[in-house]
Amino acid sequence: MAAKSIISRPVYGTLSPQPGKHHLFIADAEGALAIAEMAGRAPPGFFGDAEIVFIPGPHGKHTAALEALKSAQLHQAPSFASLLPRLRQTLANAHMGLRLYLAGTEGLIGQAMQVALEAGIDHTSIQTEHRGSLARRMQCVHCKGITENVTTQPATCAHCGLLLLVRDHYSRRIAAFQGVCINAEDRSEIPPMEEIFR
Amino acid sequence: MGITFRKETFRDDFTFKNSPEHIRRFPFPFHEDAYMYAVNIEPHVVGPRGSVLENLIDVDEHYVAEMQDRALVLAEDPLRCQSLPHMTLAGWDLLELLMEQQALGYPEHFTLTRDGDRWRWINRPLGIDDTFTFGDTSTLPYGPMEYITRQSQGDFCILDQRDGNLWMDAGMVTTQADWSLDFDIGMNFFEWHAPVPLAHEKGIFVRALKFLTNIQQGKPARRLNWTMTINPRLDTSPENYHKWGPDRATVTPENVGDKVHLRVELQSFWRLPRSNGIVFPIRCYLIKMDELATQPKWARRLHRVIRDLPDELANYKGLTRYRPALVEWLSKLDDGSATSQGFGPD
Repeated sequence: MAAKSIISRPVYGTLSPQPGKHHLFIADAEGALAIAEMAGRAPPGFFGDAEIVFIPGPHGKHTAALEALKSAQLHQAPSFASLLPRLRQTLANAHMGLRLYLAGTEGLIGQAMQVALEAGIDHTSIQTEHRGSLARRMQCVHCKGITENVTTQPATCAHCGLLLLVRDHYSRRIAAFQGVCINAEDRSEIPPMEEIFR
Repeated sequence: MGITFRKETFRDDFTFKNSPEHIRRFPFPFHEDAYMYAVNIEPHVVGPRGSVLENLIDVDEHYVAEMQDRALVLAEDPLRCQSLPHMTLAGWDLLELLMEQQALGYPEHFTLTRDGDRWRWINRPLGIDDTFTFGDTSTLPYGPMEYITRQSQGDFCILDQRDGNLWMDAGMVTTQADWSLDFDIGMNFFEWHAPVPLAHEKGIFVRALKFLTNIQQGKPARRLNWTMTINPRLDTSPENYHKWGPDRATVTPENVGDKVHLRVELQSFWRLPRSNGIVFPIRCYLIKMDELATQPKWARRLHRVIRDLPDELANYKGLTRYRPALVEWLSKLDDGSATSQGFGPD
């Protein structure tokens, strides 16, 4: 679980079955287990109206747990980027009564929510559950480039190379934490880099 | 008699300064010898002649130079001015407000004439004379918010009101004290204030939001906020922090008077009539320590405020690196005598 932090930092809950006509689950890696656990609390036939989109990730595990749910559709994608066109199309064609469930890493939840927001879905209506890595997506406030899977504090911007303090300040619109130059006032000060987002 | 606009810069050679009359009208933000957060909001009503409150939208001797600096910032970084798609109507509300207020307060410099939806706006200091159709964006060279805020001192945030909250959904932000519109746009009141230390725990933002969501049309409110800036630099954005941050390491006991500036924000809050949004102008005033020290009461009081500021606040305001040099410099102007009540100079 993520530690208590400032108000803009997202907080995640536990997935729970919502009233609705159609249920869209998006998960990566250990997020599959959150869906499987929720299934134990779901009414019979719930997954008959559900589509699960799953990014197994580098370890390729947990697919069997999702197959066992017998959802109307189970789609696997190799990466979030590869999933984007399909997700945008699904959300653009969605009707009232669609419920959205996001489970897995912060990066997955954040990026899926970003696409949902662009499609006009209110963020408070989305179910989320964090599982797995605490690695962060970070936007460099200086060059605006996004660095994926940041695990250290401070972190180097993959685009402009500045050494950045990874803040807890988070933008849903950008789906990223803010990175601000940590030694702007004196570039000769190089604080030690620690692995803290795991 | 109109304002004599100064030719000056807020970057590179930093020729900005205040005339003696402008020093005396500076909105000094401390009414006592100490500072802590408070919901210091009051009705925004016209104040004494010769003060920054003489008009509800203040135009001063720095107007032309500030607008030139804004144009430079926007050319370098267009993301400083953004408006989410549902905010265009609020932009027209703001255009009306700023044209009306500037024409009302400074008729020798600004003229607004209206014939139904056909409006003519003359801005003499900037050499602008435009006729356009109110509500028709195609008749202006920019969107309505950008058009008028390229001609108005201060940053502007337009807040949408929904779900009992305020949402930062549009803004022109080029003179900010270290926050990013590009990052914060779309956030609600609590989210964009999230990095501010101590104030959440004191319930400041809950009370402030309650007040702001109840602001009525024609009854604007205001508050002062402050920080400090090294060199008279308007653009102290996080985007450019790696460029201006090194200035903070250049303060020495010898150059405090010239380099260190008190930066005061006169923030006001106005209900917009058509969109029901709130516009939040953040007007920035700068004064260097040498200028401030011409008013002995202000120097004494500022010494005590900066010396006794909690470390967490000093850190948030970015003072930590040069606070010792500043306090030392100010201490020589503080004989320990009492300061009179209120903000103004003696």
